[in-house]
Amino acid sequence: MARLTGIRSETVPATQPDAILRGLAAAGRLAPIVLLALAWEALAASGTVTPFQLPRFSAVLTRIWTDAIADDLALNTALTLYRALVGFGIAAVAGILIGVGMSRYGVVRWLLDPIVSVGFPMPKIAFLPVMMLWLGVYDLSKIAMVVLDAIFPVITGTIAGIAGVDRQLLWSARNIGATEREVLWQIVLPAASPQIMTGLQVALPIALIVAVVAEMLMGGYGLGGAMVQASRFADSRGVFAGIVEIAVVGYVLVKAMALVRRRLLIWHQEAEAPSTL
Amino acid sequence: MSVLLRHLPLVLMAIAWEMATRMGLVSQLALPPLSQVVLAWIEMLKSGELVANGTSSLWRAGAGLGLAIAVGAALGLAMAWWRPVNAALGPLVEMLYPVPKSALIPVTVLWLGFGDGSKILLIFLGCMLPVTLGTFNGARGSDYALVWSARSLGANRLSVLWDVVLPSALPEMLNAIRTALALAFILLVSAELIVAREGLGYLIGYLGANGTYDAMFAVVLTVAFLGFAADRAYQALMQRLLIWRD
Repeated sequence: MARLTGIRSETVPATQPDAILRGLAAAGRLAPIVLLALAWEALAASGTVTPFQLPRFSAVLTRIWTDAIADDLALNTALTLYRALVGFGIAAVAGILIGVGMSRYGVVRWLLDPIVSVGFPMPKIAFLPVMMLWLGVYDLSKIAMVVLDAIFPVITGTIAGIAGVDRQLLWSARNIGATEREVLWQIVLPAASPQIMTGLQVALPIALIVAVVAEMLMGGYGLGGAMVQASRFADSRGVFAGIVEIAVVGYVLVKAMALVRRRLLIWHQEAEAPSTL
Repeated sequence: MSVLLRHLPLVLMAIAWEMATRMGLVSQLALPPLSQVVLAWIEMLKSGELVANGTSSLWRAGAGLGLAIAVGAALGLAMAWWRPVNAALGPLVEMLYPVPKSALIPVTVLWLGFGDGSKILLIFLGCMLPVTLGTFNGARGSDYALVWSARSLGANRLSVLWDVVLPSALPEMLNAIRTALALAFILLVSAELIVAREGLGYLIGYLGANGTYDAMFAVVLTVAFLGFAADRAYQALMQRLLIWRD
């Protein structure tokens, strides 16, 4: 089926002409994005929509630049990232701990399994007003909300990863006298790491989504707060600037996470396979 | 019995909630007793508040998700089947996929106002890309031998697409739709909390602002339960649809 195509070409060993070809390919992949920006500009300039509904792309870029000079952009981005990443970090550590605990101890599994299986598919964002009631409207409630949402994929990823560890490896390790601690650190966690990474990769965008929603609801500084404020003042350039800023932050975070995965799992056979997203 | 034992931790949690509030360990202002929340729930069910807002929420989620599945699956199949479509849309999908979808809430309001339209558009836009990507990956993974056999047995291109590629893509597509289902609930509640005049999310915000916390907890638990139940029902449906797989 020659017609079924990949989302990106596989990497080839770089010789000089290959490098040029790859540069061209990268440019080719950028073309649709440039076209989208041009189409946006053209549509906004044509007058079929009002500048309120869709400001020009160039106007939005100018707006982002003004924000950047005024230091608002750096402050808002830093705050949103701080809330999302601190929450993500707590969720990652706690999620892996809970996952390991549930895999190893029957009591922990009995206690937490129904809570995880009921809690995972719940729209936990509904608890946002409850968090505001308990923890106020500052960083603490936002971070708590991020943790609550981001922890579940990490737990289920860890459990699935540990359940998939090759029995033979465990038996051989125990047989040659490894302690339980050594088995955990040297066999179980490395063998489970691809699925733990997958759990983390699911959790990271969730952390950002929740941080932005929390900021939108509670107002104040942060990318979400700035966007909702712009929308209250009917400042549509500000709203679209917010979208572009949040989109860039999300894209960079997701890409960075994929890079971390490739670095950490360089020993794993999946590193040989062509990467999707 | 084993079912009871399995779900005992949830029952224990409910009892702990009731006890902690009754004995004054936590202020009843911060956490109303569970029994009071249940009473408030029944009250709202009788007054029709819950049903009216619930239907409006479910209609938004259903319409947005339905559109997302139809358009998303069609796009994913097209990207896997026609190389130019993939060349044109692949980079866009890859770039837009990681965008935190909640950023779209103020824009959809800007475009379509406070009512149903903005929520449906938001859920459609937010849920479409996961479905597209899942369908695309699934279709790309179809077995070459099956496609070749179908072709050599004289199937035309369209029927290969329908009878071979689509069923091959189905498992991954259905999984992606499950992700989209969860996302639809998140987006629905977020959007309704932030800007809406009806719906369960709006009700939560409204009751919270009024300080009627027992009713607010009742609605929060209702939303959480709806999300959970929808996921379970979808899983059952998925198993039915994939029963031909071994």
